[in-house]
Amino acid sequence: MGRINIIGAGLSGLSAALTLAEAGIGSRLISLQRSERSQSVLAEGGINAALDTMGENDTAAEHFADTMKGGVYLADPNAVDGLTRNAPAVVTRMAQLGVPFNRTSQNGIMQRSFGGQKKKRTAYAKSSTGKMLMTALIDEVRRYEVTGLIQRYPHHEFIRLLTDGGRCTGVRIRDTGTGLCADLDGAVIAASGGMNGMFPGRTTGTTMNGGDVTAGLFAQGVLLGNPEMMQYHPTTIGIPGKRCLISEAARGEGGRLYIMKNSGERSYFMEEKYPELGNLMPRDVVAREMFFVRRSGDTEGEVMLDMTALPEDTWKNRLSDLREEIIRYLGTDPKKSPIPVHEGIHYFMGGIDVNERHCTNIPGLYAGGECCSQYHGANRLGGNSLLGAIYGGKTAAQTAAAAFTDCPDREPIFTEMTDPLLEEARADFSERLAVILSGGLGIVRSEKTLTDAVSAAKAMDLANEREKNRLALGLAMLIGALERRESRGAHYREDYPEASEDYRKTTVAQNCGGEIRISFRDIPERRTDREDNA
Amino acid sequence: MKITLDITRRESPDAEPYILSAAFETVTGSETAAYALTSLNADPERRDVNGKPFPPIRWESSCLQKKCGACAMVICGKPMLACDARLEAVARGGRVTLEPLKKFPVIADLAVDREPMFAALAEMKQWLEEHGEVRPKETDRAFDASKCLQCGCCLEVCPNFCTGSAFYGTAAAVPASRLMAVTNDAERAALYRKHVYNGCGKSLACRNICPAGIDIDSLLVNSNAAAVWKRRRKGGNPWTL
Ligand SMILES: Cc1cc2nc3c(=O)[nH]c(=O)nc-3n(C[C@H](O)[C@H](O)[C@H](O)COP(=O)(O)OP(=O)(O)OC[C@H]3O[C@@H](n4cnc5c(N)ncnc54)[C@H](O)[C@@H]3O)c2cc1C
Ligand code: SF4
Ligand code: SF4
Ligand code: FES
Repeated sequence: MGRINIIGAGLSGLSAALTLAEAGIGSRLISLQRSERSQSVLAEGGINAALDTMGENDTAAEHFADTMKGGVYLADPNAVDGLTRNAPAVVTRMAQLGVPFNRTSQNGIMQRSFGGQKKKRTAYAKSSTGKMLMTALIDEVRRYEVTGLIQRYPHHEFIRLLTDGGRCTGVRIRDTGTGLCADLDGAVIAASGGMNGMFPGRTTGTTMNGGDVTAGLFAQGVLLGNPEMMQYHPTTIGIPGKRCLISEAARGEGGRLYIMKNSGERSYFMEEKYPELGNLMPRDVVAREMFFVRRSGDTEGEVMLDMTALPEDTWKNRLSDLREEIIRYLGTDPKKSPIPVHEGIHYFMGGIDVNERHCTNIPGLYAGGECCSQYHGANRLGGNSLLGAIYGGKTAAQTAAAAFTDCPDREPIFTEMTDPLLEEARADFSERLAVILSGGLGIVRSEKTLTDAVSAAKAMDLANEREKNRLALGLAMLIGALERRESRGAHYREDYPEASEDYRKTTVAQNCGGEIRISFRDIPERRTDREDNA
Repeated sequence: MKITLDITRRESPDAEPYILSAAFETVTGSETAAYALTSLNADPERRDVNGKPFPPIRWESSCLQKKCGACAMVICGKPMLACDARLEAVARGGRVTLEPLKKFPVIADLAVDREPMFAALAEMKQWLEEHGEVRPKETDRAFDASKCLQCGCCLEVCPNFCTGSAFYGTAAAVPASRLMAVTNDAERAALYRKHVYNGCGKSLACRNICPAGIDIDSLLVNSNAAAVWKRRRKGGNPWTL
C-alpha cells in the first residue's frame, strides 16, 4: 500500500494523518520527537471559532472580518473564508474527542476575549488548551497506528526532499538514534512548525523546531511567502534558555499594561491611546507601543503587567497554571504584585508558500500548520493558529488525498548514507546568525538596520550545506523586510510608517543557489460562490 | 555559584558508562540543569574539570518550561525534569549528578528510549472507542489526566514497573482516566485491571513525583472505583483495602 509522508507530529501533522486515515489512506508520521514534545502542547490561551455560546450573536463572517483585518488584508481571503467557516466544526469535533473545554453554566463551550476580536470567540481549557487538544488528537491517531494505517517514525529527522523532474517523489530521513538513513516513497506534507531555531533563546516556542526543514526545502526550490512577517508577543519573560510567554488571556481576563513616568505616576499607555480595545489591541500594536514607551524620554524601567485586580475566581478557574508558572520563574505572585514584561518572538506568519489548498510550488509537496504561510497575513490573531494548524493539516491532507494514487510501497530500508546535509550547522554559527537577524528584524525596522544585517549575514563563513541553507533563509527574511517599503501588521518600518496599497501583496522569496530573489504577488480576489467549502 | 556536574555518559547503548565531571557557574541562581547542558553543548571550547575537551552530551529537551516531558532524567538521585531542576536548589555540596532514567534502554548519555511507554498505551487501547464529550462534572478530572507528559518519572520510582512486564504503571493509568471521564465500558475496565490494578502494589511511591502536578492519588482512586469497584466510590478508599 502506498503512503503519504508527513514531516512533523504536532497539531497539524496529527490532523493530516487523521484525515488521511479516515479516508483510508496510509501515512508515515515522521518527527524529531514524540508528539507530546512538540510546540503545540505549549499553547495556552485557546482556539477561535464563532460558536456563539456567549450570547453575542457571533458569526463566521465576523471571524473572517477580524482575521482579515488583523492580518492587514495580506491573507488569502478564500483560505480565511474556509478556515473561519469550518472553525465551529473543528472545535466541536475536538470536544467530541474529549477535550475538557471550560463550560458555560448551560454547558456550552465557554469563550473568552482575545486580542483583535470584538466578540468572545476563543474556546479554552484553563490555560493549557494546546496540551488538551494534543492529548485528544494523539489518542485518536493511536487508533489508526494500531491498525497500521498510520506508521509512526518518532526520533527521525528530515534530511531532504526526493524529486524527479521537478516533482516530489519522497523524502530522505535519518534515525537520530542509529544515524542510519532511508528514502521513503510518496507525496510529502510538511508540518514542521515555526522557524524558532533561526532565533535560538529568543522565542517562546520549542528550541527543537530548528528551521532546517524550511531552510532545506527553500534550498531545493520551494518558494517562501512573506518570510519577513514574524510576530513578537508583547508579554514574555526571560527564563534560562528561552522566553516564556505570559498568555494574552492575562489581558483578556483584565490584566493592564503600564509604565512608570518620571513623574512617579503610572501611565496605562494602551488604555490612554486606544480607548476601545485598550490592552487587547492586536499584538503588533501592543508590542510596538511597548517599544516606543520604553524608548520615550519621560518614562523609566520596564513595562509592567498588572493583574492584581483580577477576581479570585479567575485565578482559580482560568489562570491557575499561569500563576504557578510566574511564581516559579520570577518568584513574584502576580495576584499580589505587577510583573515586568518584554516582547519576544512568538509566531512566524511567513514560511512555505502555499495556495488555498495547501499546495506548494512543487507538485507532490504540501504544507500545513505554522511552517507554511497561510491564514494570518501580516499578523496572526491569538487563537487562530491552533485552528489554522488543525484545519490546515486537514486541508493539506485532503488535497494530497485527492491526488493520491495507490501503488505498491517499498518498505523503507535504513542504511549508512553519505549526504552533505547530514552534517548539522554549528551551534555558534546559528547564534551568530541569530544576532544578525535580530538586529535587522526587530519590532521596529529600517533601511539602515536591514542593509547592515544583510551585509553582515553575507560576510559569514560557512562550514557546511546546512549553514548555507540557513543563511539563505535568513537572507530571505531580511531582504523580504528590506523590499517591503511600507508598514503592515507585524512589519513596521520606521522609514515607511504607513501601509501602502502597492504592497498589499504576498512577498515571494526564491532561492537560486544562495542568491535570493524577491517578488510580490497579487492577493487573490474573494470568490462569491463558496459551495466548495461549506 | 560554582557547580560541578557529574554526568553519567555512554557513547552507545552497549558501551561502558563513565562519569564526566564538568564545572558550571550559575549567575542569576535561576539556571536549571537543562540550561547547563544547553550551555555546555553550545560552547565549542567546553572542557571537563581536568581541562580535557569532550564531545556534546546527548540528552532530550524541547519546551524548556516543564510542559513536554522530554528532559526527564535522574538528578541527584531523583527523577525530575532537567528544565525544572534549579541547580542551586538541587546541588549537594556544590555537586549535581545527572543520570539517565534507569527503567528504559539508554540510547546515549542521558537520552533514553521511552518507546515502551507508548507501546503500553497502544496495548491499553488508549483512544475513545466511542466519541463523546467529557461529562460535565468530570471536566476537572479529564483536564488533570490529560496533562500527563509521558515523561516516565513515575515509572522510575515504581517498585513494580519494569519494561516488558504486563504492568504499565501510572504513565498508563493516568491517561486511561481521561477516557473514563467520557465513557467507562467493560473492555476498558478489563484492560485497566489487567495492566494497572492487578500489578500495582499500592505503595504510592509515585505519589509526589509527577512534575506535571497531577494528583495521582485521586485519579487512581477514581479509576479503581470505576474499573474495579464498579463506582461504589462512597464505600471507602479502595487503596486502604
Ligand atoms: C508558548 C506558546 C503559546 C501559544 N499559544 C497559542 C494559543 O493560545 N492559541 C493559538 O492558536 N496558538 C498558540 N500558539 C501557536 C501554536 O501553538 C502553534 O502555531 C501551533 O501549535 C503549531 O503547530 P504545528 O503542528 O504547525 O507545529 P508544531 O507543534 O511546532 O510541530 C512541529 C513538528 O515538526 C517536527 N519537526 C521539526 N523539525 C523537524 C525536522 N528537522 N525533522 C523532523 N521533524 C521535525 C517536530 O518534532 C514536531 O513534531 C502558541 C505558541 C507558543 C510557543
Ligand atoms: S502505587 Fe506503587 S506500585 Fe502502584 S504505580 Fe505507584 S509506585 Fe507503582
Ligand atoms: S503521570 Fe506524571 S510522572 Fe507519570 S508520566 Fe505522566 S506526567 Fe510523567
Ligand atoms: S524540556 Fe520540556 S519538560 Fe523539560
